[in-house]
Amino acid sequence: MKASITLGKVTNFLGLGFFSTLKNLFTGKLEKEDFKVLLRKTIVPLASIVLFIGLWHLGAKSLYNIEAKFKIEKALKDQGQTAADALKACIASGESTCQPNTLPSPAQVWESYKSLLRDHHIISADKAAFIEKTAVLNAKRIAAGKAAITYTGRPSFVDQIFRSLQTVFAGFLLALLIAVPLGIFIGLSPTLKSAFNWFIQIFKPVSPVVWYLLVFMIVKTLLIDSNEDSSFTISFISVGFCSMWATLVNTAMGVSTVDKDYINVAKVLKLGTFQKIFKVVLPSSLPLIFTGLKITLSVAWMVLIAIELLAQSPGLGLFVWEEFQNGANDSNAKIIVAMFVIGIIGFLLDRLMLTIQNWVSFDKTDAI
Amino acid sequence: MAYLELNNICKTYGQGANEMEVLSNINLKIEEGEFVAIVGFTGSGKTTLVNLINGLLAPTSGAVLFKGAPVVDTSHERGVIFQNYSLLPWLTVEQNVLMAVKEAFPEKNKKELKTIVADYVEMVSLTPAMHKRPKELSGGMRQRVAVARALAMKPEMIIMDEPLGALDALTRGNLQDEILNIWGKDKRTALLITNDVDEGIYMADRIIPLRPGPNATLGPEFKIDLERPRDKTAMNDNANFKKTRNAIIEYLMDIGNERKTEAKEAYILPDLVPKDFVNQFKFGN
Repeated sequence: MKASITLGKVTNFLGLGFFSTLKNLFTGKLEKEDFKVLLRKTIVPLASIVLFIGLWHLGAKSLYNIEAKFKIEKALKDQGQTAADALKACIASGESTCQPNTLPSPAQVWESYKSLLRDHHIISADKAAFIEKTAVLNAKRIAAGKAAITYTGRPSFVDQIFRSLQTVFAGFLLALLIAVPLGIFIGLSPTLKSAFNWFIQIFKPVSPVVWYLLVFMIVKTLLIDSNEDSSFTISFISVGFCSMWATLVNTAMGVSTVDKDYINVAKVLKLGTFQKIFKVVLPSSLPLIFTGLKITLSVAWMVLIAIELLAQSPGLGLFVWEEFQNGANDSNAKIIVAMFVIGIIGFLLDRLMLTIQNWVSFDKTDAI
Repeated sequence: MAYLELNNICKTYGQGANEMEVLSNINLKIEEGEFVAIVGFTGSGKTTLVNLINGLLAPTSGAVLFKGAPVVDTSHERGVIFQNYSLLPWLTVEQNVLMAVKEAFPEKNKKELKTIVADYVEMVSLTPAMHKRPKELSGGMRQRVAVARALAMKPEMIIMDEPLGALDALTRGNLQDEILNIWGKDKRTALLITNDVDEGIYMADRIIPLRPGPNATLGPEFKIDLERPRDKTAMNDNANFKKTRNAIIEYLMDIGNERKTEAKEAYILPDLVPKDFVNQFKFGN
């Protein structure tokens, strides 16, 4: 019994309440009231997923047919009946060289997902073998004061995901370190607020692409002597600058709108400035600061793809761009796989922030 | 010289055409060790008066003198119990009180401070709730924490701004006794702002009605010559009590009637029917 309470609490806390109902279904403890909840929270979402995949399948099929018909007609017009028949047979046989290039079906995407995983296992094994092979040599090189030989093969899809996460967290951390302190200062001082207001209003709506170019101009010059690849630095700084505005504005607002009662308490108790900020102002604006941070993280993840693409920094954005340029038979399916991975990771990051927010916030209400 | 003195206090809010005088010509003298109650209608400027005395606001003209020196800022010598408890929701009972004690006695070490906190929390009988947050407490318990917080700083004067206004009658009665008990122990000077005449009579040595604002000013004072400790049930049969009570209520009623006849302007209110928002926007759960 105790275990189920804990599970229920944990899942509710994470905003995944339907798990506990699902568990009740399997343990046979389903009440009539529970059934309604189950229907709404589990069956309806599952049904809508099935419907979505079905519509996608039909849509992909009809797009496939349009493209195939067009190809055959074009062959007939340009090269005559024989070529058209040959193409028709080729398409029907499923030969990869002549397949229409359009929206992939759910099955193709699933296949690509599996092939990407296989690819990851192959690359991982390759990498492990390489490290093992060079271990002795590297030890010697390091002893001799030379740089170790590193694996320079192409990164797998999973490696790209982790690289993207690294970039987004570095950018998020940068945004946090700039926006939170600055927001506190702006919120506390009306003078600073009017000094920074134009700055915030003008730079907040600037597109990620432009931020990237700006950061590129500056970082390129600053790192002019370095031979290191600066693409990671440029992309995480751009991500940070793009995404920090929500936190900045929310923090400033939270700090400047602290309940008057709390300020009066601070005055009556004669708290010092430092004490007042850390004991009264910050705790009371934490919920708003975290709302800002939550938006910042989701914006960071969203702009990351575009910025990686521009910066040629390894990650999911570059993966998508390379697959698009590649134009191989399964490239479109791989792009869709990346799309789902991006979406799911974005969702998980949002949940992560929500969990942290619930944890630090004194006001334990559901903030969904 | 009186302990606390208010000389010709005026307080206005706003400027120019929007200027509104909330308090005008307030004169008040409170002697050391006295328990004074100010009784008034809601919206008559009671909270403004409290904030002038505790130093959160400055008067537009006139002077607030505390022990002969003008009040320019808040001070640990004057403890305040706010109307709406004003506990910090992210701190536990202990932390809320500790924060105040730490400020009042910066020279004491952590152990001494904790002992003081424990003593005062015990005094308002909240030791079992020591590590709870305000949200987990009832209204009466929260106000007790606020009382403990104000008293733990050992102020020379306690200012209470409708401290029991939001509580039910039973809790109210209990807390009145508790506050009187604590006050009786070391006879600090106390100023109670309330809208309950009975509460004022039960607790105070003197009652002063506040004529409602704008331009609120203090009415004639009523002395309460009842022996302490007072007994609520016995008090109801006391001729002296009845006389004072009737006199104060009559005075306040007269002001009320005066105000009604003054307000001749008729307001046309829009004919609005509240929408059923709650049901209209009900989502899941």
